[in-house]
Amino acid sequence: MTAEKQRLVLIGNGMAGVGTIEQILKLGGAYDITIIGSEPHPNYNRIMLSYVLEGSKTIEDIILNDRQWYEDNQITLHTGTTVVKIDEQTKQVMTDTGLVVPFDKAIIATGSNSFILPIPGSTKEGVVGFRDIADCDAMLAAAKQYRTAAVIGGGLLGLEAAKGLVNLGMDVTVVHLLEDLMERQLDHTASSMLQAELTRQGVKFAMGKQTVELTGDERVSGLRFSDGSELPAEFVVMAVGIKPNVQLATDSGITVNRGIVVDDYLQTSMADVYSVGECTEHRGICYGLVAPLFEQGMVLAKHLSGVQTAGYEGSVVATKLKISGVDVFSAGEFTESAEHTVIAAKDEWKRTYKKILLKDNKIVGAVLFGDVTESASLQKLVKNSTEMTDGIYAEVMGTGCCGGGEAKKGLSVEAMADEEIVCGCNGVTKKAIVDAVTENGFTTVDEIKACTGATRSCGGCKPVVEQILQFVLGDSFQQSAKQGICTCTSLSRDEIVAEITAKGLRTTKEVMHVLDWKQPEGCSKCRPAVNYYLGMIYPDTHEDEKESRFVNERMSANIQKDGTYTVIPRMYGGVTTPEDLKRIADVSLKYDVKVVKVTGGQRLDLIGVKKEDVPKVWEELDMPSGYGYAKSLRTVKTCVGSQFCRFGTQDSMGMGAMLERKYERLDMPAKFKMAVNGCPRNCAESCTKDIGIVGNDGGWEVFIGGNGGIKPRIADAFCKVKTDEELVEVCSAVIQYYRETGNYLERTSEWVERMGLEQIKTVILGSDDNRKELAARIDFALAQVSDPWKRMLNDQGTRTALFEQTQV
Amino acid sequence: MELGNREYTVGAVEDFLLQIGRVVTAGEVELAIFRTSDGEVYAIRNQSPHPKGGPLAEGIVSGYYLYDPLYDWKIDLRTGEVQAPDRGQAEVYPVTVESGVVKVTLPAAATLN
Repeated sequence: MTAEKQRLVLIGNGMAGVGTIEQILKLGGAYDITIIGSEPHPNYNRIMLSYVLEGSKTIEDIILNDRQWYEDNQITLHTGTTVVKIDEQTKQVMTDTGLVVPFDKAIIATGSNSFILPIPGSTKEGVVGFRDIADCDAMLAAAKQYRTAAVIGGGLLGLEAAKGLVNLGMDVTVVHLLEDLMERQLDHTASSMLQAELTRQGVKFAMGKQTVELTGDERVSGLRFSDGSELPAEFVVMAVGIKPNVQLATDSGITVNRGIVVDDYLQTSMADVYSVGECTEHRGICYGLVAPLFEQGMVLAKHLSGVQTAGYEGSVVATKLKISGVDVFSAGEFTESAEHTVIAAKDEWKRTYKKILLKDNKIVGAVLFGDVTESASLQKLVKNSTEMTDGIYAEVMGTGCCGGGEAKKGLSVEAMADEEIVCGCNGVTKKAIVDAVTENGFTTVDEIKACTGATRSCGGCKPVVEQILQFVLGDSFQQSAKQGICTCTSLSRDEIVAEITAKGLRTTKEVMHVLDWKQPEGCSKCRPAVNYYLGMIYPDTHEDEKESRFVNERMSANIQKDGTYTVIPRMYGGVTTPEDLKRIADVSLKYDVKVVKVTGGQRLDLIGVKKEDVPKVWEELDMPSGYGYAKSLRTVKTCVGSQFCRFGTQDSMGMGAMLERKYERLDMPAKFKMAVNGCPRNCAESCTKDIGIVGNDGGWEVFIGGNGGIKPRIADAFCKVKTDEELVEVCSAVIQYYRETGNYLERTSEWVERMGLEQIKTVILGSDDNRKELAARIDFALAQVSDPWKRMLNDQGTRTALFEQTQV
Repeated sequence: MELGNREYTVGAVEDFLLQIGRVVTAGEVELAIFRTSDGEVYAIRNQSPHPKGGPLAEGIVSGYYLYDPLYDWKIDLRTGEVQAPDRGQAEVYPVTVESGVVKVTLPAAATLN
């Protein structure tokens, strides 16, 4: 290359600026790039700080571009450096560290700062904003040391901060000036529902309160309100809003209003200087959400790369609250007035709310609470001001039952512009997804995820990605939409099971070979699944494949993140003996177990056993494996029952222990939990178990499909039986039917919803013969199992190969 | 051979089960040794390139790829390269098998984690 490359300087190392650079690199824009950022970190995903606070992600998880990325793209990066002036005459930027960097083009992407209320005491120790990693760290540290916190501001950020602090164990009160939370995104109804839900989750509220002073000496000790009342708080988060960071622009003589003023090509008042992101004001609006930033960045990247593009025309903003278990969505207009036609549905039992606003029959706004599955479709309809039709109405308002699940049609993504951002977290456009499909022949969301990163972070865009897939593939989508169990095959679980039976396939290798797997030896998803299906079909002859088992099952113990293991012995029905406890204590001492913990299922966890000690611990415990690691029966939780409890009507401990002995060790599609209660007080919590049993004076009641885990679900009443024999037969039939029809890793909570409760009732309760046959099949399978710890101890070869470490 | 490289005998081929990793510490370096279904043997440092680290030996092996046991990253056993969409590099070391004896060569620089 002869001509010297133009020099591009990006001021600000955040999502908007780096997103623009990424687009420029993709478009092949030939620049010599320098990035200067104030924070000490490389580029990270600020919108996911809420997850860091919540504890579901670490700071490393949210790094978008590590230092290697800058190196790989020959970008000069200065972190911890702040640009203080842009000189129009000499065309160079000056930094606080004395750097002088010349440029041909410059982009200001300095983002925004937390708005700190100008009230007495706001500079005290223990008062922070919620904006960057440093704030997040301060909050994590405060939670370790202090108990009470106040969050000023009941908007998006404030609520996310409050929930995070509650999760960290603090007593948190959200202080809000108005009577409605998130009043800029939600109407009164949605807002009240949100407040009720968050209250349920432990957040406290002080509504309609104006903070006039923060009290305390060095450190904050409380808030004083305009009505004279006070609220004690050892830690205060100010989340009342953000303020575009325009200092540099102002100091450099660039036109600034609320933000840095730009035209439709993001050009500021200074020649060759552009601005994107939260510091920018376009047509009078400063955006504080991620999608508009990417849209601006896209236009600017094209403009700077010499690619023809229409100007930026502003964005329709949509909001989603990032708090686990609280689904809120809003787009466009949300407060109704006389000119609006309102479509609304509120369900107080399911705690859902849906409202769509029409103006001249065009969709101009929407609010969803509790169920946001329609958010992607609605966002698009609002963005395009789509005309309401009977078809759209039926689709977005549904039929009012949980039927759903049908692929959406009509809400075609056809109208979506190529440059439109589909995945806000990773800045993936519609075109990138379409290209991935057409150029690589992808047919599944997983493949698109692996290639483009779309759907990889928060997953909110998955419905749109599916719609794009459907749109691009057209008729062939139906075929491929019958998604395979993983990317190695297009066959579904049912097809694989049918082929195994029909063709008499015997090993995973054979299955993958005969059924034409794309990766001949499968992957970490399908290998364990196929191994399970083979074991379920041939309980007596299938030789379990250790190499196809997840680590926990292969080692018969749970791996921890440092590579040590947790050992859990069986305690049938949650009952143990002083002798066993003594042995557990002795072994724990001898092998230096880090923590002994009672599990949620009434057993003892011995945490932190060194890998090579695991078999010795089993040997010296000399107890059966508790299967804490397995896709099989974990525990049968019990209450005290009629043996001791004055209310007990049935012997729940005896029944629980018997059921646990009967069903232990057998492989199932996923982990399986049971509970037996002696009376309807339900002390062992049957409602959240795969099978929950409640004793009453005349027999037992059976509940199925409960779950307290990732997707909590209350169990459905299944049947009532009079005798213990009937109870066992029903349990056997339910478990075996689940084993035979469940997808691998599918919990009964999902299985019951997929199969339908009525269907399961018909099969098991509708025919005595069916039920007895299922019970006989599980008894046959149960006759084949044995304790894995004993087996391993007796197999010196495998024991050595799996557990022992050699030093050479 | 470069100065300071060192060859370690890590065991006999049959000590390593097909598709199941095994930990061997060579000098100060903890290795995970894998035998793929075609009988080839690979040595990789028993430390995941994932920022949170963790062992690799207990992963699922498919062809020449390893799915790490903690985070399910897909790693090429031949090059150590982490497969997209994840990024990273695991350390791999050359292996020779002569008359049933497996030897791994570690460079001089490979010392403590």
